[in-house]
Amino acid sequence: MSDQAYIDQGPLIPRNRAAHPVPYDPDYKTSVPRSPNQPLLSMESTLSEETGPRFGHSMLGPLDNNLILNYSKDAAKPAVGERILMHGRVLDEMGRPVPHTLVEIWQANAGGRYRHVKDGYLAPLDPNFGGCGRTLTDENGCYEFLTIRPGAYPWPNRGNDWRPMHIHISVFGHSFGQRLITQMYFEGDPLIERCPIAATVKSRSQLDRLVAPLDMAKARPLDFLAYKFDIVLRGRRQTMFENRMEGL
Amino acid sequence: MVQKLDTLVETPSQTAGPYVHIGCIPSFAGLEGVYPEDLGLRAIEDGAEGEVITITGSIYDGTGWAMRDAMFESWQADASGRFAGQQGADPKVNGFCRFAADKDTGEFTLTTVKPGATPTRAGGQQAPHIALWIVARGINIGLQTRIYFEDEDNSADPLLARIEQRNRVETLVAKKTGEGQYRFDIYLQGAQETVFLDL
Ligand SMILES: [Fe+3]
Repeated sequence: MSDQAYIDQGPLIPRNRAAHPVPYDPDYKTSVPRSPNQPLLSMESTLSEETGPRFGHSMLGPLDNNLILNYSKDAAKPAVGERILMHGRVLDEMGRPVPHTLVEIWQANAGGRYRHVKDGYLAPLDPNFGGCGRTLTDENGCYEFLTIRPGAYPWPNRGNDWRPMHIHISVFGHSFGQRLITQMYFEGDPLIERCPIAATVKSRSQLDRLVAPLDMAKARPLDFLAYKFDIVLRGRRQTMFENRMEGL
Repeated sequence: MVQKLDTLVETPSQTAGPYVHIGCIPSFAGLEGVYPEDLGLRAIEDGAEGEVITITGSIYDGTGWAMRDAMFESWQADASGRFAGQQGADPKVNGFCRFAADKDTGEFTLTTVKPGATPTRAGGQQAPHIALWIVARGINIGLQTRIYFEDEDNSADPLLARIEQRNRVETLVAKKTGEGQYRFDIYLQGAQETVFLDL
């Protein structure tokens, strides 16, 4: 039996499922056998969703957020490709920054090939590119990665489907119920409109939020271009009527 | 017209894709040398209080195929019902674990301590359970579910009580297969479809 009191910071705001991709989409064929048919069981969040793992700076290496160098670990052997800074803020639905939270990314190399046994695409591996990175947001919720722009790649789905250039992103937040994995696309890529995975997001304005704009204010002359990608996680409801005393 | 609400909308999810392992558990995927070790390798450290248990299972797609590419994250309280970060929590219990389906068999294994009951906002208790989050290619938004235990008293658990079709409660309850051994299979579709959660 638990002798614990409920430490109440307010429940998570229920997820607006219309803001998310549909689970079942015949144009994305793998979603057909992998989407639940029955409705989800909805309930107010509990401690299991309101608490979550926290990670500290001690786990991070100095090159963890530098995908150009974190595989070769040698400044003379940078990854091949268009050098970019990917940066942004992690906020919650109340607009508050989410500080000190882990952000992980993974991506294909400049030719569109992943360093993964299952990826047999014609494009060659880059001996100096691994394809993963991680960082913690700062006290204002800001994060940044130095990487190369990934190439588009073909994938087996319909007859001739190609993934737009994209970077996969995983964010923790401070509650297990905030857990989110998404993908960042790049402004101006004509493949976004043709991608059945991007098209699982049915709201146009929501899909637009996955497309990072070119951000020349953050680009460094003669070095790298920049793309800005802000991420919003679920927020928590807290009112003056929350936390009411026993008997009130 | 009315005032504009200044709340933001959550960023939409996208599938974790077939290569989620290289981002989240790169050493498992053969991508060595970037990090010293994968994040969330162990739910517990040596010396954690409570009963050490092993849960094995598979996740089946709608055709009955055990998926080889799924990745799981678990989050749980320690043996006395405290979560990591809460006062008095067992420092040997990380509470968080990342694990993947085996690439040849599709089976996963989670070794941890059996969690204690945890309090509810209403002053009641939740039966011991492990929160589970599942991502894979073809899953467009991570699936939430829970692992309860058949040898615990689940009768007063508020979440299980909400399941109208009582035969579906079983889909959230791990079966005891031996001392400290449990089996928990997950079905994405079909007559045995697991109850997935939205909370
Ligand atoms: Fe990808």
